[in-house]
Amino acid sequence: MKTLCRYTRRMSAFLRRHYVGSRLMNFAVHAAAAVTVLVLGFLVAYIVVRGVPNLKPSLFALQYTSDNQSMLPAIINTCTMTFISLLLAVPFGVGAAIDLTEYARRGSRLTRLVQMTTQTLSGIPSIVYGLFGMLMFNNALQLGYSMLSGALTLAIMILPLIMRTTQEALSAVPDMYREGSFGLGAGKLRTVFFVVLPSAMPGILSGVILAIGRIVGETAALMYTSGTVAKVAGLMDSGTMLALHMYKQASEGLYLNEAYATSVVLLVLVLLINLLSAKTAKLMMKGRG
Amino acid sequence: MEIVFLLAACMSIASVALICIFLFANGLPAMKEIGLDNFLLGRMWKPGADIYGIFPMIVGSVYVTGLALAMGVPVAILTAVYLAFFCPQKAYRVVKPAIELMAGIPSVVYGFFGIAVLVPLVRTISESVNGRGNSIFTAALLLAVMILPTVIGVIEPALRAVPRSYYEGALALGATHERSVFFAVMPAAKSGILAGIVLGLGRAMGETMAVIMVAGNQARMPKGVFQGIRTLTGNIVIEMGYATGLHREALIATGVVLFAFILIINMALTLIQRGEHR
Repeated sequence: MKTLCRYTRRMSAFLRRHYVGSRLMNFAVHAAAAVTVLVLGFLVAYIVVRGVPNLKPSLFALQYTSDNQSMLPAIINTCTMTFISLLLAVPFGVGAAIDLTEYARRGSRLTRLVQMTTQTLSGIPSIVYGLFGMLMFNNALQLGYSMLSGALTLAIMILPLIMRTTQEALSAVPDMYREGSFGLGAGKLRTVFFVVLPSAMPGILSGVILAIGRIVGETAALMYTSGTVAKVAGLMDSGTMLALHMYKQASEGLYLNEAYATSVVLLVLVLLINLLSAKTAKLMMKGRG
Repeated sequence: MEIVFLLAACMSIASVALICIFLFANGLPAMKEIGLDNFLLGRMWKPGADIYGIFPMIVGSVYVTGLALAMGVPVAILTAVYLAFFCPQKAYRVVKPAIELMAGIPSVVYGFFGIAVLVPLVRTISESVNGRGNSIFTAALLLAVMILPTVIGVIEPALRAVPRSYYEGALALGATHERSVFFAVMPAAKSGILAGIVLGLGRAMGETMAVIMVAGNQARMPKGVFQGIRTLTGNIVIEMGYATGLHREALIATGVVLFAFILIINMALTLIQRGEHR
């Protein structure tokens, strides 16, 4: 098979020399891939080169003033927000995924409805979430501009992501595991919690980490829910996030250097989150052996 | 315990229902008060004079999205083809994570990159036609980059899902590697490719922060590719901070229109994917 493959490859290379069309296609494919990678490379390099020299220790002061555009309050708020949103979204997301993969009858009307609405949720743009959050949590539930209403909004936003990744992780667990557990006399619930969930854990985690990435970079959904006050915020206070903080610096045009610095921090965070997610996902593959 | 899981699963139904209820309940009265024609087809947006026509924003969103797709989709398809059929393993281990990273970069960072690099660039290019840096073209260019990972992420698996025998059959008939990929494998993956494009369409239409940072945001009918424009998403974010009364409701109604567009796009996506499974 391998020799055959090599032979056809060589044949193909030979023919290519005679067909302009094939050569053009070959060129176009490689050019497109190069464009994609180069654009990303340029973007990252540009932000890093312009931003790193602007990273001053004073940007990490505990207090934000208009003279010192410290990003520490925003960073702390980002952590708080991430924590609360995950706390709200993960139980529901994982629970829903367990229902869909372990309990629900496939193709029942309710299951189909859940799947359809989940897909709808994942397609809704963040500004629509922002509007909804403002109308429901800020106004109707009278939470006002607060971290809580921001976190509630984000929780709904990341729900489909967590559901989908958990579902994938759960259905990747071989049925053998379940059967073995039943065979040893465990009930359904025990099987789910002590056999299926643990072996799906890396997959679930990598989804959660991806969700963290979305939360960290979110702006449009938070502008009118958690607001833009640059202070370390409690649950019921308005507090800005790192991405929103950067948006303000960049769009006002007064603090471009600081905006570069903030975007380096954002970029590094996202890079780390991505790496971590990929590493955990790989763990899942390895566990499967 | 089963009930608990079931309730969790119903969260997404409840969320969609709540989103619909709150948006429509707050947006529809304004549409009624302004008049549906005046609102959707009115060419003037002057909140100061109580004139609320969002036609310029609808056209703006459509232009920007269309142009972004025209620029982004060919690159995305070709890159997906590269990843699936042309990429040596070593390169794959670099390119694939790079594209995933692209999907993770926050839209404000893209927007800031747009302000710093693309806006001056487009200004220089379009100087001869009296163009501005903050324009339809700039926004579309930035969006084209931003939708790349989304579109690639759907198309690449679709290409890989085509049975290998298609490719081998074409090779055996004497086609080159390129011809086999483009004329045997790609047609077989066309519903997956279409799904990727539609998903990219939804992303581009809903993108907010990056677009308002580079689009100029003038609420008027577009006057050319190198002139500024405001999108539906931009309209909401820019004015919501200080709007009151009917103005505020009109902005929420703008959100309803955007939401309706997204729902239609989603439905199209579902139909495409359902056709695929048949």
